[in-house]
Amino acid sequence: MTRKLRNITDKLPPVIALVVLVAVWAAVCGFGSIPSYMLPSPGSVVKAFVSDFPLLMQHAGATLTEAFAGLGIGILLAFFTASLMDRFSPLYRAVYPLLVVSQTIPTIAIAPLLISWMGFGMAPKITLVVLTTFFPITVGLLDGYKSVDPDAISLYRSMGAKNGLIFTRIKLPSSLSYFFSGLKISASYAIVGAVIAEWLGGFEGLGVYMTRVKKAYSFDKMFAVILLIVIISLLLMGLVALIKRAVMPWERKGAKES
Amino acid sequence: MSTCSESVVLSCENVAKSFDGKMILQNVNLHLNRGELVCLLGQSGVGKTTLFHVLAGLYQPDEGRVLLNGEDVTGKPGKISYMLQKDLLLPYMSVLDNTAMPLIIAGKKKKEARAEASSHFADFGLEGCQKQYPSQLSGGMRQRAALLRTYLSSRGVALLDEPFSALDTLTKSAMHRWYLDVMRRIELSTLFITHDMDEAIVLSDRIYVIGGRPGTVTAEIVIKEPKPRPDDFVLSETFLRYKRRLVSLL
Ligand SMILES: Nc1ncnc2c1ncn2[C@@H]1O[C@H](COP(=O)(O)OP(=O)(O)O)[C@@H](O)[C@H]1O
Ligand SMILES: [Mg+2]
Repeated sequence: MTRKLRNITDKLPPVIALVVLVAVWAAVCGFGSIPSYMLPSPGSVVKAFVSDFPLLMQHAGATLTEAFAGLGIGILLAFFTASLMDRFSPLYRAVYPLLVVSQTIPTIAIAPLLISWMGFGMAPKITLVVLTTFFPITVGLLDGYKSVDPDAISLYRSMGAKNGLIFTRIKLPSSLSYFFSGLKISASYAIVGAVIAEWLGGFEGLGVYMTRVKKAYSFDKMFAVILLIVIISLLLMGLVALIKRAVMPWERKGAKES
Repeated sequence: MSTCSESVVLSCENVAKSFDGKMILQNVNLHLNRGELVCLLGQSGVGKTTLFHVLAGLYQPDEGRVLLNGEDVTGKPGKISYMLQKDLLLPYMSVLDNTAMPLIIAGKKKKEARAEASSHFADFGLEGCQKQYPSQLSGGMRQRAALLRTYLSSRGVALLDEPFSALDTLTKSAMHRWYLDVMRRIELSTLFITHDMDEAIVLSDRIYVIGGRPGTVTAEIVIKEPKPRPDDFVLSETFLRYKRRLVSLL
């Protein structure tokens, strides 16, 4: 009960700030000091969102397909890589620094290359999503595996447990919360990555649609797409949080000091 | 000495262990008889935990060997139950699953393992906590859960590393009574570490004093009082005599 109350009072300030921001935006547009084709009013953005809704959904479908495919492959690849690196420590020492550094490579810089290598279909978009989602999850998993108390492994070895069991019963579950932090970041990267790849060419997707409405100077529609991307990213992050809650029930049970 | 070679369940001979060229243990010889509760007493950092890791087969000693019922088990884990200094209950498993793990490792089916573990919950004062997570238990209960897990991985010999040191005095003496009772019922031989002299005198059949640098057995004391010892044993002249001797040795 008090927890629910605190939840509401926590969320109140940002909601108020958002309302104020939108109000200022609407007022600026209302005064007519900025031409409406440059900064559409909140009302016209919502109108564009509603009237374009079927079209937006169609393009969102393509973007989501790329994002989910890329995220799925990225997760599998990350599990494979991280587990292999954890098993063979020379590999870990050789590759881990590279992984961390590689996270600083800007996605936008790779996208044109991928397009020229793979054409305008879904392949380069999915590849870009794989690349952007793979690293946070791999690093998260590796940190998770390393977070395991060596004494817990000693205990299980003293009970006669072999490496396989230690991996599935200790390392994997212990790294779940690290995995989900990585996944939460990756889920929003996946959408943005797909959209960026679509900017550079393609037949379908929110990024393709964005370049089209930009060429037509329909900034209200442009804002509507951005709004949709924000909504989708938030929904995906919410979905990750929901899955995490379902998969890690012990995180919720009231922890008692001991 | 109270040695009778037939009843020795665990022993080590001339054990030496170093880390990065630094000698931690040297020339350690000790033994544990069937049904005995023997204590290793020594200051912290002297190498007691390291010795337990060697006995449990987790560390290969530089020299010497470990014998379990006459069989050489040096460097072979999985033969002796070992309760480490922390309870190490896995936070993502229910208390029942935590305690059932040794049975699952031994190859039992999940359902059987759970049923067997659950059947001991009352004995270990844990009834009703099966489905809870370790974070929901009190310190004493966590310790009992860890002891149950040790018991279920038991092959007759248990190594306990400071099992009661995190508990307050009252909980501690309740746990002592309870543990002695459990030991008697399940015929367990126990080697345990403490740095609490009173605890050592109250619980042990014998005490090995570990000291020196590198660490080794510097003295052995037999506590002849029959067990269980009465509550006021700690106030008796006999108790004080043992304690004076220990103080002079440490
Ligand atoms: N894995 C290890 N690597 C290097 N040094 C260790 C390791 N384990 C223990 N030591 C060292 O060995 C000494 C004895 O430690 P320990 O056996 O834990 O002592 P005790 O349990 O008696 O307090 C300490 O100085 C500790 O730093
Ligand atoms: Mg220790």
